[in-house]
Amino acid sequence: MFEATNLNRRNHQIQWLFKVLFGMMTLILIVPVALILGVLVAKGGPAISMEFLFSMPRNGLTEGGILPALIGTMWLVGVALLASVPVGIAAAIYLSEYAPDNWLTRGINLAIINLAGVPSIVHALFGVGAFVVFAGFGASILAASLTLAVMTLPVVIVATRESLQAVPMAFREACWNMGATRWQTIRIVVLPNSVSGILTGIILEVSRTAGETAPIMFTGAAMFLPFLPQGVLDQTMALSMHLFVISNSIPGMSEEFKYGTALVLISLVLLMNALSISFRVYLRGKKKW
Amino acid sequence: MVAPTVKLAVRDLRIAYGEEEAVSGISLDVHANEIFGIIGPAGSGKTSFLRALNRMEMFNDDMHVSGEIVFGGRDISDIRNVYALRQKIGVVFPLPVGLPMSVYDNVALSPRLRGVKNKAALDEIVERCLTRAALWDEVKDRLKALGSLLSGGQQQRLTIARALSQDPELLLLDEFSIAVDPVTTMRIEDVLRELKEEVTIILVTNLVQQARRLADRTAFFLSGELVEVAETEVLFTGEVKDQRTRDYVEGRFG
Repeated sequence: MFEATNLNRRNHQIQWLFKVLFGMMTLILIVPVALILGVLVAKGGPAISMEFLFSMPRNGLTEGGILPALIGTMWLVGVALLASVPVGIAAAIYLSEYAPDNWLTRGINLAIINLAGVPSIVHALFGVGAFVVFAGFGASILAASLTLAVMTLPVVIVATRESLQAVPMAFREACWNMGATRWQTIRIVVLPNSVSGILTGIILEVSRTAGETAPIMFTGAAMFLPFLPQGVLDQTMALSMHLFVISNSIPGMSEEFKYGTALVLISLVLLMNALSISFRVYLRGKKKW
Repeated sequence: MVAPTVKLAVRDLRIAYGEEEAVSGISLDVHANEIFGIIGPAGSGKTSFLRALNRMEMFNDDMHVSGEIVFGGRDISDIRNVYALRQKIGVVFPLPVGLPMSVYDNVALSPRLRGVKNKAALDEIVERCLTRAALWDEVKDRLKALGSLLSGGQQQRLTIARALSQDPELLLLDEFSIAVDPVTTMRIEDVLRELKEEVTIILVTNLVQQARRLADRTAFFLSGELVEVAETEVLFTGEVKDQRTRDYVEGRFG
């Protein structure tokens, strides 16, 4: 009664075929990532030293370190987060928990998704017009960070909205039925159960912000500054910009420096992602339903 | 015989989801301190009826309610303070909802929402409600465990305990026994019989025998209409006005 029929065998073969096919696709996906990392570590690894990380560049960027770029990237990311996270989370809560489901809300949601697809150079031009010129911030950390914030806002909103909507409707209804207001329901049931997803979204945003070049190029990032930024109205160097500059515009730049800078940038991003993943694993361990 | 006090008066209630009408003009009275059974096949408007009592249409843009529902002397569609209304009405839906917080917090939530802060008072409410829902003995040693991780049957009793913690005047039960084993169902049924001394209960059920065991009066809904409402014993054994009622309670359709 358990002998395999021809149909059984055929189904089994097809199933095996698809498994191998999908496995190969996954492999193809992994190869470029591994190659990039391998090449960066091999060629840029030797450049990494305390001096490289923690000293000012010298001699037309060809010697010394990348400290101002590293610090500058942290400034840019930090200020961008301060601007985008509160706005993004508040907007997502409104869209997910308060807004009626009508054409306007659906239109706004569509617009947000499309905003995420706007090329970063377009955001850069917007940033120049809105923040550098119109708001009068000049080329500065503030203008660059706000440009980055506008660019990453959709990511925060979408990530937050999705984690809010992952909380079962039944939880909300149970709470409402007890006479809780919408805000009480959000505070007591919805937010505590979506905070992991929201934080993950924010960390992803950080890594994206750190790597962007175009939006900061015209709004506040400088090729070279002999000092560290003192406030948000200063210009700053940034890792991504620095990499762009030393790869394109500096003759006689050592290969090691280029790869080293790229390695630092990608390590920063990977570090953020690793944080995000371990945080998610930790919170999933505490999954509550 | 003294005329019974009317707790809830429904007049020409109509509920539509978009274009589709789920309840088409139902009128009935629910008396104080009775268990009022509602039976009827799937899609007969039983759940929509319960949802309207709690003004749940506010959370569903698609749901439209018209007609009159008088509770506590007011037409509930005029009540601005819907939070107070919902607090007076405890609801138990078919699928258990243990909120993802501790068992204790689940039951203490409603008292806390209405401002009870005193720890001893909260302890007392939690123990009383869990005992009434026939759950206390099973969870008294793990009140800090997550409510959402209890078994299905336990979560349903937790849901009932939570509804009781609201100190409701009206208790709405929608198929409460779907996820509960028969023994526990019987225990909860006993609890409901005691509860009706203090609370008016509306019991929606697919189990016609459950309505027969529990309800003082029973209404039969069919396709969004009230076919008839009568003393439960009359509906089940006596002279019914409508042949469809007889067919349904005897299991010939539905």
